[in-house]
Amino acid sequence: MTNPASVSSSNRVIVSVIGQDRVGIIAAVATILADASANILDISQSIMEEFFVMIMMVDLEKASTSFDDLRQRLARKGEEMGLRIDAQHEDVFKYMHRV
Amino acid sequence: MQRFSPQEIVETIRMVQMEKLDIRTITMGISLRDCGADSIGVVERRVYDKVCRHAARLTAVGDQIEREYGIPVINKRISVTPVALVAESTGTSDYVRIARALDRAATEVGVNFLGGYSCLVEKGATPGDRALIDSIPEALATTERVCASVNVGTTRAGLNMDAIARMGEVIRDAALLTADRDGLGAAKLVVFCNAVEDNPFMAGAFHGVGEPDTVLNVGVSGPGVVLRAVETAPEADFGALAAIIKRTAFKVTRMGELVGRAASEKLGVPFGIVDLSLAPTPAVGDSVARILEAMGLERVGTHGSTAALALLNDAVKKGGAMASGHVGGLSGAFIPVSEDIGMIEAAEAGMLSMDKLEAMTAVCSVGLDMIAIPGETPATTLSAIIADEAAIGMINRKTTAVRLIPAPGKRVGDSVEFGGLLGRAPVMAVHTASSEGFVRRGGRVPAPLQALNN
Repeated sequence: MTNPASVSSSNRVIVSVIGQDRVGIIAAVATILADASANILDISQSIMEEFFVMIMMVDLEKASTSFDDLRQRLARKGEEMGLRIDAQHEDVFKYMHRV
Repeated sequence: MQRFSPQEIVETIRMVQMEKLDIRTITMGISLRDCGADSIGVVERRVYDKVCRHAARLTAVGDQIEREYGIPVINKRISVTPVALVAESTGTSDYVRIARALDRAATEVGVNFLGGYSCLVEKGATPGDRALIDSIPEALATTERVCASVNVGTTRAGLNMDAIARMGEVIRDAALLTADRDGLGAAKLVVFCNAVEDNPFMAGAFHGVGEPDTVLNVGVSGPGVVLRAVETAPEADFGALAAIIKRTAFKVTRMGELVGRAASEKLGVPFGIVDLSLAPTPAVGDSVARILEAMGLERVGTHGSTAALALLNDAVKKGGAMASGHVGGLSGAFIPVSEDIGMIEAAEAGMLSMDKLEAMTAVCSVGLDMIAIPGETPATTLSAIIADEAAIGMINRKTTAVRLIPAPGKRVGDSVEFGGLLGRAPVMAVHTASSEGFVRRGGRVPAPLQALNN
């Protein structure tokens, strides 16, 4: 049983990529995650309001780098590729969209 | 494992990045009741030590949460037990020394404001309360981060008109002592009716006597998110509009709940409440006035503004109340003038008057907030404005407050600039007919009847 009054202790984060579609986005993000031993649990992608949106759920349980580090690496890669790449703890979305 | 749709993910990201959803403040309440002593020097040391000890990690934890969740945590702040309660045992009146100790502690732990240089005098003042009130102008002029508040009335006790008369002078003096900064001292001073004990927002935050030793309260914000939601439904009738605002407020409040719980766990401090207030900032897209205008008013301040605000305030509360285990604080829409670009513009255009603002405060949280008025305004007029506002709170069983800046040397048409979150304000006109005879009467306005409501 999870305690609804508590924040979760999970290590899952949502990685979101928003921008113009181009070749190699998934490969680039997946490489960074693999290098950090972060396990991709789920991927989805779609086109919303002309923008390419890719969402990954990633488990950092066995990750070899800190969340902070990983977040910065992803953000830098995003800048390189002209995309916006965010990594946020899954609780943000759980709290906002699931009751 | 829960899956989220791209729409949900994008909605959240858009709220934060484009609509300025943020956590306005995480405020740690710290009791100073164990800091009393015979000697003011000892009180000073104990107060400083306790604040530094408990809040040492507050800003670091706030920053960590911001990184982990991707939700900006704008301010980390501290509220303390009303200082008059702590300082009274010293028998001296040099309370400014405690304000300075608190200011040093706030600087040490890296918070931008610390509230609680306060006293509660709705029914009468003790020597300690009077010493504190007398020291407020100097305390605010010689410290940077300390905020003061005085509660002068409640629905149950009525209004302490002696205190209200005195507070007019104190506001004037607080502005005069900071004349070189446009009267900034008065921007850090709030006069309350029905003050709440768990308010995380400045300048009126203090740590109530019924609170635990330490507690963490969260103030959410999101006028931009609500504005966008209202703008998407230009044809919606009021029932539909209220439903849209409720849904949005729910989502915003959930973020407050999450951040509050996370911060409380990381700091090992009990979680207190989420304050549901819509708190504007001077930034474009972060305005409560714009929400009212998006409802169909050409300018905030025109006829219909009070009704629009009433609907907004109520819908925010209904949506937010479902989203959090514990709602408290002020919880409503703030309508400060200097901190809201829509209010500033309406006031500059002459479309928003003090009288309309007063009417609007009858249906929203708080009150006449961050309004610059002419520096030559008599103290008795300031007191009469406080009395009017406190009467609205007393009769309507709600919190009202006055935070006025009688800007030294400024006249109607001039403007004052405080910078940052405090913003800028055009100097607004007040009525010039004297209220002196009324204010001079003194005594107490009896508590109102709680029945025969109409």
